[in-house]
Amino acid sequence: MGLGLAMFSNFDFSVILNSWRYLFFDGMAFTLTLTALAAIGGVVLGTLIAMMRLSGLPVLPQVAKAYVNFMRSLPLVLVIFWFYFLVPYIGQWIIGSERPIQVGAFSSSLITFTLFEAAYFSEIMRAGIQSIPKGQSAAASALGLTYWQSMGSIILPQAFRNMLPVLLTQTIVLFQDTSLVYVLSITDFLGAASKIAQRDGRLVEMYVFAAIVYFAICFIASLLVRRLQRRVAIIR
Amino acid sequence: MTSSAMPPVSPVSEPQAATDAAPGTGPVGTLLTERPPVTATTGPMIAIDDVSKWYGDFQVLTNCTTSVTKGEVVVVCGPSGSGKSTLIKCVNALEPFQKGQITVDGTRVADKKTNLPKLRSRVGMVFQHFELFPHLSITDNLSLAQRKVLGRPKAEAEAKGLALLERVGLKAHAHKFPGQLSGGQQQRVAIARALAMNPIVMLFDEPTSALDPEMVGEVLDVMVELAREGMTMMVVTHEMGFARKVANRVIFMDKGEIVEDAQKEEFFGSPRSERAQTFLSRILSH
Amino acid sequence: MNYNWNWGIFFEASPEGNGTYADMLLSGLMWTIVTALCAWVIAFAVGSVIGVLRTLPGRGAQMVGNAYVELFRNIPLLVQMFLWYFVLPEVLPESWGTWLKQLPNAPFYTAVVCLGFFTASRVAEQVRAGIQALPRGQRMAGTALGLTTAQTYRYVLLPNAYRIILPPLTSEFLNNLKNTSVALTIGLLELTARARAMQEFSFQVFEAFTAATVIYIIINLIVVTVAGVIERRVAVPGR
Repeated sequence: MGLGLAMFSNFDFSVILNSWRYLFFDGMAFTLTLTALAAIGGVVLGTLIAMMRLSGLPVLPQVAKAYVNFMRSLPLVLVIFWFYFLVPYIGQWIIGSERPIQVGAFSSSLITFTLFEAAYFSEIMRAGIQSIPKGQSAAASALGLTYWQSMGSIILPQAFRNMLPVLLTQTIVLFQDTSLVYVLSITDFLGAASKIAQRDGRLVEMYVFAAIVYFAICFIASLLVRRLQRRVAIIR
Repeated sequence: MTSSAMPPVSPVSEPQAATDAAPGTGPVGTLLTERPPVTATTGPMIAIDDVSKWYGDFQVLTNCTTSVTKGEVVVVCGPSGSGKSTLIKCVNALEPFQKGQITVDGTRVADKKTNLPKLRSRVGMVFQHFELFPHLSITDNLSLAQRKVLGRPKAEAEAKGLALLERVGLKAHAHKFPGQLSGGQQQRVAIARALAMNPIVMLFDEPTSALDPEMVGEVLDVMVELAREGMTMMVVTHEMGFARKVANRVIFMDKGEIVEDAQKEEFFGSPRSERAQTFLSRILSH
Repeated sequence: MNYNWNWGIFFEASPEGNGTYADMLLSGLMWTIVTALCAWVIAFAVGSVIGVLRTLPGRGAQMVGNAYVELFRNIPLLVQMFLWYFVLPEVLPESWGTWLKQLPNAPFYTAVVCLGFFTASRVAEQVRAGIQALPRGQRMAGTALGLTTAQTYRYVLLPNAYRIILPPLTSEFLNNLKNTSVALTIGLLELTARARAMQEFSFQVFEAFTAATVIYIIINLIVVTVAGVIERRVAVPGR
């Protein structure tokens, strides 16, 4: 007990009170926006990749598989660096400008996370699509639905519902992963905490506070996902 | 050494391939290579006294009382969900119970001071789904508990295991793994594994109900032989042929209660309760 | 794309003065591998214990196991890295804290401990799932033969559970290996950090990152191949 008290005796929690607006309105707002947009982009792209992989057409499945395995072999930090430097050149190439174009930190991270997480989301969606009995697509074809109609109104809605808890869990992982934009000195939640920490020399308070906030959000979110999982399980 | 009270009998049937020596046709004696030491010379081997058990609010056993004396073979039957498997698992404390008392060879199983691993090592158990350890060879399946629980040296444990394997007609399979044997073969190995511990009593929990019909005989043959050699046995089973052949007593359970507990002749001749009559007519009709 | 490619850059001397850029990347690779292996030892040992705790009948043990997993899974790895590196020395008694701060190679030890405990929570999940995937009768059979709980785990449950979870454990090992790159934020000179440094010194961004990418892919292939060999080695006949 004595140790615990001594531990916190020279803490100065006022640094949090003085900076919370910056931490949440700048930092957390960036983190949440990035998480939400990258999750949506990742699921959409991931679903397309999963459909490519299961399409049975020539080449497409191999391309999809290579993309997924490639992304999953690389550390996210390296991928963040890659895109940070690559995106300006790709932009230049697309619009045919003289010089590499300036891409903001936000766009660069959004592209990175969408493309990176799409590889992980695609594996989830692949499992989801495969979990739907073959008879379902057979029945859809028998009714005269085209491939896209059957995917859009029969297979994917069921796959999404079955996989919703897993997709949300992966989104919590994505939320945690966004903290890695720290390596680009971007002001996400951790970046904001880190900047205050350095400015005021209050590393202990700021990092402990950041940990508590991340923990609270992720813990509550995963409790909600578990509750949802039970409900989905009952409906089935 | 062979010292059983009765001579071994030839098996009733032997559907196995020629590579399996049939149980009971080995060069020597019996399944019981040693008479297990019994400490309580008087009183029943298993005494179940007013045992009740609940899963939450649901009562699975209601005031069950019965006993098994030394050398006795008691068959427990009843419809599924009647609590018979739960009752037999209470005997070696695989399942806890909330009320009543069970003693095995004079030792209370629910007593906190009881050395349960020691008690369980003297009570052989055979499961519905065999439960051989899939990652161990047959030899290792037979010797693991002998070495780790009884502290027998490796060579002794393996020799003992091999001798019993020969007795159940599977010596040629010693080096194989459980997944390479048929269900009937696995169950015979499981019986040998339990016997290797020199148990004073054997518990069988539906030993043939997970088997394909053509394999039931080979397992029952081993059990019949064991019974005739004088092993004390408590057997949960639907095999009424087995009960007729070797049981001394039959216990009929329904809805967690012991409805009927009678000598074999009495039970098959004129069951007192209506529930037992219905059960018997249903099970004997096919 | 008006980018000046120069693949010969790897054989030019790095400004650090002790070898070429290629040497720089290889030393990064060495740190990545050593860190990953050391962290894995902790992750496997701690993860197994926590995983087992979560399958024991006692509520206390389960709660401890669950609390561990929740704690380490719900805080981003980077934040955990900062907690171990910046916060721990400050909250320990002063003499310990000073000792920690003066430790040579502190980023390495911190990365090993941090990654070890982080990955342990993921290993624990797999171990728990593996044990719970076994038929309930296996535990009963061990118990009925007189094995103690510890013996039942040691000789019956764990050998089977590890076999079942070998594929997910392989991917956890790979995650652990990739996660070593997060330690560049506390100054560990692992592969990604070295590629980044090479880019800063030489301005040859894409050569540096391409090299790192290729190396990561090769390590992945090697790990997957080795895991396949192990899987075949420990496969149980007849299953």
